[in-house]
Amino acid sequence: MTSTNIKLPNAEDLLKTLAQQLKPLLQNNTALVGIQSGGVWLMQRLLVLLAKEIAENAVEHGILDVSFYRDDYEQRGLKAENRPSQIPFEVENKHIILIDDVFYTGRTTRAAMNELFDYGRPASITLVALVNRGGRELPIAPQITTADIALDATQNLQLIQNTDGTLSLTLQSSSGKSQA
Amino acid sequence: MNNPQLDTDGRLRHLLSIEGLPKKILNQILDTAESFVGVAEREVKKVPLLRGKTVCNLFFENSTRTRTTFEIAAKRLSADVISLNVNTSSQSKGETILDTVDNLIAMHADMFVVRHNQSGAAHFIAKHVPSHIHVINAGDGRHSHPTQGLLDMFTIRKYKADLHNLRVAIVGDVLHSRVARSEIHALTTLGVPEVRVIAPKTLLPAQVDKLGVHVFHDMKAGLKDVDVVMMLRLQNERMNGAMLPSTQEYFKTYGLTQEKLSYAKPDAIVLHPGPMNRGVEIDSTVADGAQSVILPQVTYGIAVRMAVMAMLAGGSGQVQGGQA
Repeated sequence: MTSTNIKLPNAEDLLKTLAQQLKPLLQNNTALVGIQSGGVWLMQRLLVLLAKEIAENAVEHGILDVSFYRDDYEQRGLKAENRPSQIPFEVENKHIILIDDVFYTGRTTRAAMNELFDYGRPASITLVALVNRGGRELPIAPQITTADIALDATQNLQLIQNTDGTLSLTLQSSSGKSQA
Repeated sequence: MNNPQLDTDGRLRHLLSIEGLPKKILNQILDTAESFVGVAEREVKKVPLLRGKTVCNLFFENSTRTRTTFEIAAKRLSADVISLNVNTSSQSKGETILDTVDNLIAMHADMFVVRHNQSGAAHFIAKHVPSHIHVINAGDGRHSHPTQGLLDMFTIRKYKADLHNLRVAIVGDVLHSRVARSEIHALTTLGVPEVRVIAPKTLLPAQVDKLGVHVFHDMKAGLKDVDVVMMLRLQNERMNGAMLPSTQEYFKTYGLTQEKLSYAKPDAIVLHPGPMNRGVEIDSTVADGAQSVILPQVTYGIAVRMAVMAMLAGGSGQVQGGQA
């Protein structure tokens, strides 16, 4: 297995890069939407890192839990922990910046877009992912990403939130070995 | 004995009674319902979970609120819904329950919501149907009304953050009430430390104390310092013989008035499963008063029924491909 040889980037460094890339997108009529759970952690950090730009442009923010829109519900059912989506602003005509931690098949993005449209018709949606791990199964891709790490289907890349609030990436292979 | 409500992995397969369901499942239903509350406040009040599924409301006994909220719940999950009032259809021509069910299965029904005046009717249907079909008990005789019990728990959780230090009183016709049984099982399973029932001896089942409740016959003593008052409907239609002197007499002794409510904690909430007999078990000033959460119960009932249906219908097999 090749997984043990992969050098994972520092998530905190990637986050800073992401903040810089997002700056020009924060204009009037923009909203940040984090996808549970990694996307929400990233958004919460971005709200601090970009506080000035967010305040200047009155950028709003919300949270999506896409459990009710997943295409694997029929097979997997609902997971035990689902949390309410919170979109406390008008989606109609808004420029939405959709934030996810790891982009993989594109199925979560599809579910998130379907859910967003049930709140209203956004002016645009921009997909942002900290890492693109390859393996997409739909004609969907992130417009902004800070790292490309090619992984195979047996590997599981996850963003985790440490007890001090910082973020890091972990890689697990289906053989069970993990690498921080 | 195996529990027909759970599959071999411990997942909910039918909802027949609160009794026999672990705390974990009850909490999962309530937590999931929390996520469905917001759906009703959006531009599009629907999610696609039950798209392509057919839900049959099979009501062998009258109901307005329960049938309507189940119907709305199924529609908000994008299911197709058929509501049958069976006492006005083939049953009156002599068709058996299982024949009715088999015919609906032949029409590709995926889920049955069953109300019947005989205890055990939903169990009976659940034992009969093939494994991909799910059954929800919407009230069977005096036995059980699990979604009512769950929506009551959901409502209490909304107003009283921690169930672990509550004192709850269930008041009225416990003897004929499937709602009372479901409430008692739900409250004790979820860890409410003190559950009381207040009723005249004639309206209590013989061994009610075996359910882990404290029995009172007097409103003043029973309501003292409670956080939640759960009223029951006086079920005149199920009474045969002289159980009560008169409804006026009942109201005088057990009807919830503002005065009797003042024995409870000042921030106590009042629930009632409906339909209410105003001036019999509850006074209008209480039913419409500031401490009443009777209409929120109806609203939350939809979210709770959506949660139950969504947990039942999903998760039938193995998925191909990645999930992220």
